[in-house]
Amino acid sequence: MPIELIKEKWPGSVRTVIIGATEAEGGTRKKTVTVGGETTLPFLHFEGEIKNPPVVAIEIRDRKPEDWSPLLIEYWKDVINDPAEWAKAAENYGADLIQLTLSLTDEAGNPMTPEKAAETVKAVLKKTTIPLIVFGPGQAEIDNQLIVAVAEATKGERLVLGICEDKNYRTIVATAMANDHLITARTAMDVNLAKQLNILISDMGLPLDRILMDPTTGALGYGIEYGFSVMERLRLAALQGDSMTQFPMIVTPGFEAWKTKESKVGEGVPAAWGDWNKRAINWEVTTAMTLLESGADIIVLRHPESMKQIKEAISELMMAPEMI
Amino acid sequence: MALSGIQIYKLLPQTNCKECGFPTCLAFAMKLAAKQVELSACPYVTEESKSQLAASSAPPIRLITLKSNGYEVKAGNEVVLFRHEKTYYNKPGIFVKISDNQPGEEIQSITKKIDSYEVNYVGMNLTVDGIAIENASENEEKFIDTIKIVRSISKRPIILVGKNSKAIEGGLEYLKGETTLVHGADPTNWEVMADLCKKYGSALSIISNKLETIADLTEKIKSKGVEDIVIDPSPANLSLSLFLNTQIRRQAIKKNIKPLGYPTIAFPTKLTSAVQAITKYTGFIVLDSFAEELLYPLLVLRQNIYTDPQKPIQVTPGLYEINNPEFESPVLVTTNFSITYFSVANEVEGSGMPAWLLVADAEGMSVLTAWAAGKFDAERIAKSVKSFNVAEKVSKKRLVIPGAVAVLSGELENELSDWEIRVGPREAVDLPKFMKLVL
Ligand code: B12
Ligand code: SF4
Repeated sequence: MPIELIKEKWPGSVRTVIIGATEAEGGTRKKTVTVGGETTLPFLHFEGEIKNPPVVAIEIRDRKPEDWSPLLIEYWKDVINDPAEWAKAAENYGADLIQLTLSLTDEAGNPMTPEKAAETVKAVLKKTTIPLIVFGPGQAEIDNQLIVAVAEATKGERLVLGICEDKNYRTIVATAMANDHLITARTAMDVNLAKQLNILISDMGLPLDRILMDPTTGALGYGIEYGFSVMERLRLAALQGDSMTQFPMIVTPGFEAWKTKESKVGEGVPAAWGDWNKRAINWEVTTAMTLLESGADIIVLRHPESMKQIKEAISELMMAPEMI
Repeated sequence: MALSGIQIYKLLPQTNCKECGFPTCLAFAMKLAAKQVELSACPYVTEESKSQLAASSAPPIRLITLKSNGYEVKAGNEVVLFRHEKTYYNKPGIFVKISDNQPGEEIQSITKKIDSYEVNYVGMNLTVDGIAIENASENEEKFIDTIKIVRSISKRPIILVGKNSKAIEGGLEYLKGETTLVHGADPTNWEVMADLCKKYGSALSIISNKLETIADLTEKIKSKGVEDIVIDPSPANLSLSLFLNTQIRRQAIKKNIKPLGYPTIAFPTKLTSAVQAITKYTGFIVLDSFAEELLYPLLVLRQNIYTDPQKPIQVTPGLYEINNPEFESPVLVTTNFSITYFSVANEVEGSGMPAWLLVADAEGMSVLTAWAAGKFDAERIAKSVKSFNVAEKVSKKRLVIPGAVAVLSGELENELSDWEIRVGPREAVDLPKFMKLVL
């Protein structure tokens, strides 16, 4: 019986965003990363174009993190005290991008200074050839001080600066505009909140091809279904032509998955949880893969083994299947 | 796909005789479309219209139920393409495959593991739904022996996998009375497989990665009298499986293409494929090996994706007793979102220390969500302390609040002036240590 494929006609598409700048473009990166540009739902090649494959970033810290799972601390132990070496190692494992989160304090407990933050970012750039995403520690005032210093010290690099939230976006957006960087805008799992923040940011005059959005996600077992559905809805809205949702999506399943007890704790847990190390990686991969299927363009992970599995999945998903 | 009132009207006598209790046939048709009346109220509908109406009210994706003694697993009956449009209903059945080439003791021990696997997630016990037995040996006796071993240990539903129709028949005969799934029929063997499934009342899966072949086969098999059909789009990679599952779902839901209106089955050989199967429309999932650390995340994901987006899973607000608390035991407060409650309750329980856990009515939201929505503020917490008479249960009026809402402590001290407010750790994992050191 003849079957006619059902193809939706989408009036809209996701904007294309280029992260990083080569020497010729005013930066120091050997390569840039291009995301977005989809004209259909995730990986539906029969219906539209998936112009750029989703990419994977590895999350690193400016110093040894205190609250990370012992498994990660052990895995990265040789480089964990040196962000530049850590970034280099991540690049060697095949990361497309580095995502560096700055800390509130240094190893000695003193507040992180803008100078030190800028030094760290420059050191990371120097040791790596791939583009960089930099997040502040997550406290409005300190984020602003540190991110401004970073942005100025790296003018022209087209870093992604974060995290812009509804209560705190002006300073970061302004410094991104002044120093040729990009930003990421995070809202709490809500289509309208995401749109509102994107409107506020674009009203400031930041070109739309320099905005990424982070719809926020929860880990597997801890709210992932909300992240999954809000991403599906945001992507549908973008394809239906809603301009303020047409940004590539960045998500942080590594951060979320490695926060859970399943990943953090190896002893005194039910036998039905199985091998700790494998389970922790499976938790990260399951969270990330779910978000990949719902429209993620940039996936920030913590473990190279998870990255390997997700990158394999991306390359399979990018093969255009022969139709019928 | 349900018909509209106008479409139904066209199938009615259009005489407006009023015997159905409505002034016009159109009014009756509208009520029928809204499912508020039964068609039988009209004595004059023709047989032909009746069958057309019945076909249109059948679910776009057939519900398939596999049954064994005491267990059943269902797939199909879905109505949407995206879970936010309504919800996904029937969680894909998760099976683990055993091969009849494995030695007898191995089959025994794996079956035991599969059958007894149980993991607790937010108060629910999640288990594997059944076992797929593969006739890898192509030998009939070996197959039956394996089925016997499996059945002597597990009563869960079975999927029989194989090409040798003699072996399949032997298996079906042994499992007589159950609804098994036979995997599967292809363009070369569908006839004999369909005859067997008809004879034993089992479901049949068809194997093809071409939509047209799939549709042809389901029609042919249906004409042989087998109604319970499952589609194995047997994709070579993640891209193909997404394409096929998306098309099959769309054809069924958007165009009511009956020959594709069946649940699908997948045989993932890696985690990412299994995740795709759960998130993208698959009805039965057969894993190729047993591993706790693989089953746990998959069972949780299935639970998450199939929760009704309109109803967060909640527990009843109240004062919960953990490890038999007494007068001196500490009081901790949390919200009534299931995931939150169980993360905390499990830790307190694991600490071995007795405690009172006050579950405030936060409309089923997590700590920070509820706080941001104004459903877990000082006033609400104070109200729960009072309405559940917590003060009468304890000697020391000391309340531990989640670290994430440390900002509430000042206001709470005002609301509950005779209570001491303690800020606990941010994450529940750190509670046992905190309780031992601080409480
Ligand atoms: C899922 C989610 C939602 C879901 C709701 C799910 C639900 N039923 O609660 C939805 C999408 C509906 C939602 C909505 C909103 N959300 Co929301 N949401 C989340 C998300 C992703 C996960 C929350 C979760 O389930 N965590 C898991 C549970 C188990 O965590 P928990 O309850 O905190 O419990 C842990 C600890 O607190 C501790 N704990 C719990 N109880 C106790 C007790 C004691 C004594 C101790 C010591 C410890 C302890 O143990 C648990 C495990 O460690 C978070 C972001 C994130 N990734 O965390 C945002 C988040 C909580 N949401 C946020 C916001 C702002 C909102 C909205 C207000 C947005 C809006 N305006 O629409 C709405 C509010 C709801 C409304 N108005 O209807 C913000 C809160 C920000 C803030 N600090 O104020 C967050 C942090 C996202 C963000 N970064 O902006 N959200
Ligand atoms: S009983 Fe039948 S024919 Fe008569 S009005 Fe009702 S629907 Fe029309």
